[in-house]
Amino acid sequence: MINFKKILVNTLLYSMLIGISLFMILPFVWMLSTSFKLQADVFGYPPALIPKSPTLKNYIYIFQNANMIRVLANTLFVSIAATLVSLFFTALGGYGFAKFEFPGKKALFAFLLATMVIPGAVMMVPTFVLMRTFGWIDTFWPLIIPGAANAFGIFFFRQYISSISDELLDAGRIDGASEFGIFWRIILPIISPGMTSLGLLFFMGAWNNYLGPLIYLKSPEKWTITLAINSLIGGAGLTYWGEQMAMSVVSLIPLVIIFLVFQRQFVEGITAGAVKG
Amino acid sequence: MIENQGNSVLASEKPSLWRQMLKARWGYTFISPFYILFTIFALYPLGLSIYLAFTRWKGVGSMEFAGLVNFQLIPKDRLFWQSMSNGVIIFFMYVPLMIFLALVLAVVLNSGKVKGFRFFRTLIFLPFVTNMVAAGFAFRILLEQKNGLFNMLLGYIGIPSIPWLENIWWARVSVGLLVLWAWLGYNMVIMLAGLQTIPNDLTEAAKVDGATPIQAFFKITVPLMRPVILFCVITSTIGSFGLFAEVTTLTGGGPANATITPLIRIFGTAFSNYNYGLASAEAYTFFILIFVVAIFQFRMNREES
Repeated sequence: MINFKKILVNTLLYSMLIGISLFMILPFVWMLSTSFKLQADVFGYPPALIPKSPTLKNYIYIFQNANMIRVLANTLFVSIAATLVSLFFTALGGYGFAKFEFPGKKALFAFLLATMVIPGAVMMVPTFVLMRTFGWIDTFWPLIIPGAANAFGIFFFRQYISSISDELLDAGRIDGASEFGIFWRIILPIISPGMTSLGLLFFMGAWNNYLGPLIYLKSPEKWTITLAINSLIGGAGLTYWGEQMAMSVVSLIPLVIIFLVFQRQFVEGITAGAVKG
Repeated sequence: MIENQGNSVLASEKPSLWRQMLKARWGYTFISPFYILFTIFALYPLGLSIYLAFTRWKGVGSMEFAGLVNFQLIPKDRLFWQSMSNGVIIFFMYVPLMIFLALVLAVVLNSGKVKGFRFFRTLIFLPFVTNMVAAGFAFRILLEQKNGLFNMLLGYIGIPSIPWLENIWWARVSVGLLVLWAWLGYNMVIMLAGLQTIPNDLTEAAKVDGATPIQAFFKITVPLMRPVILFCVITSTIGSFGLFAEVTTLTGGGPANATITPLIRIFGTAFSNYNYGLASAEAYTFFILIFVVAIFQFRMNREES
């Protein structure tokens, strides 16, 4: 009797888990499948998991006609630059808040936390106007520089650096290291696991960003990958579905690999703020 | 010893504010980039948009002071209010279900009784790393009314074809479905981390006292997880109003503007209609309303607990 109940509960649990997992994986599978389909077969009936006449045409098209290499290079450049700039300034700020006492510190930190509630919708228009004044439209700067003022990052690193013992820093001072030298040579190596966690989130955010590039990048040779995928909706209802899904697959491969390798760090990054904060 | 005495003398003298600040110059130096960047790229724009909200400006040419004209337009701004109500509707389409599923999944996976814990967690979390342009278009293919996979699968269990993207209510359900897909894993991971902070003995003790796992879930886990649940609800609230790529790729905001969000509306006012003044007024109205809602959620939570 007990055994029967246990089997029933287990069956229910695993059907729920497997059902949800299938729903999660389905769009990826379908993306992959569609990327090997001919345009005529994308909406063929019945919908087929295995393409009727599998083709590499879509992948050849995006690399030959849609400037895929350039798009990937742009996206990679913006993502890496944004990640490094943000990591540097947030770690530095976190160090300042964690290891120094100064008048106004509490108020400055409260202000920093308060800035997190400003929604992006309010910033969109005036920031665009500002960037235009700087002559930064159609450049990568708007996607790299403003993100360096990241309050969450400073909050994250402050927690992290607080746990480093002061004696270690004093030892560095006795050895004659400058305050910045201590940051560069002692703090940074110690917080590198944290930098990995947060860096992954910064990188992912930049790689997947759509609204920013949509506002700032005008000429096709500057496009990042999300803009390029979106550009394959043709006019007059003609969308290059196969090509679009091929490009989507390409856009996902780097992040999926990074995620599978660094899953633990990813999870640490997103839970750090939520649970402690 | 001698050093100690020296320190105490210094402390009793109470160094002037200026001295303290000079002594702490490195602290200021290290935190200053944030405040400098924030002033340029956030404070200045915030101020600028207050100013813009009181002007008539097409983005080029001279700004014309317009007084309260833009704010007087807001009550009659049908698309803006529709976008606000869409945000609320889309919120209810997925957030309660998503939070519930995330918590149930977290409890199940945390129980230690599930084989393949890592495997399931990885699969459920994977959509989080996906860009929403790719995901939106993939869902559009899956949700196609005549030849889409979803309708075919539903057809097998006897459900007639659903106009996922053609009907205003189903389009909102579709957007909710996409967002649920994208964010369930994220919320589950947050809940999993929250569960680590709950002592395991509590639920075990309850079970020893004869509570069923379902009773233990509602009587012990849910109340203790309240702060984490609140965090998920507030971030999802802000998220629902700020959907952009999800909607433009999946439904294009339609049909009949049923899925445009405030962010899409403000974007359109500024960059399609070139009405920067009205866009700024809309943005501030939105900011104030969402702020009130967040505080309300926070208060309600505090009163209940």
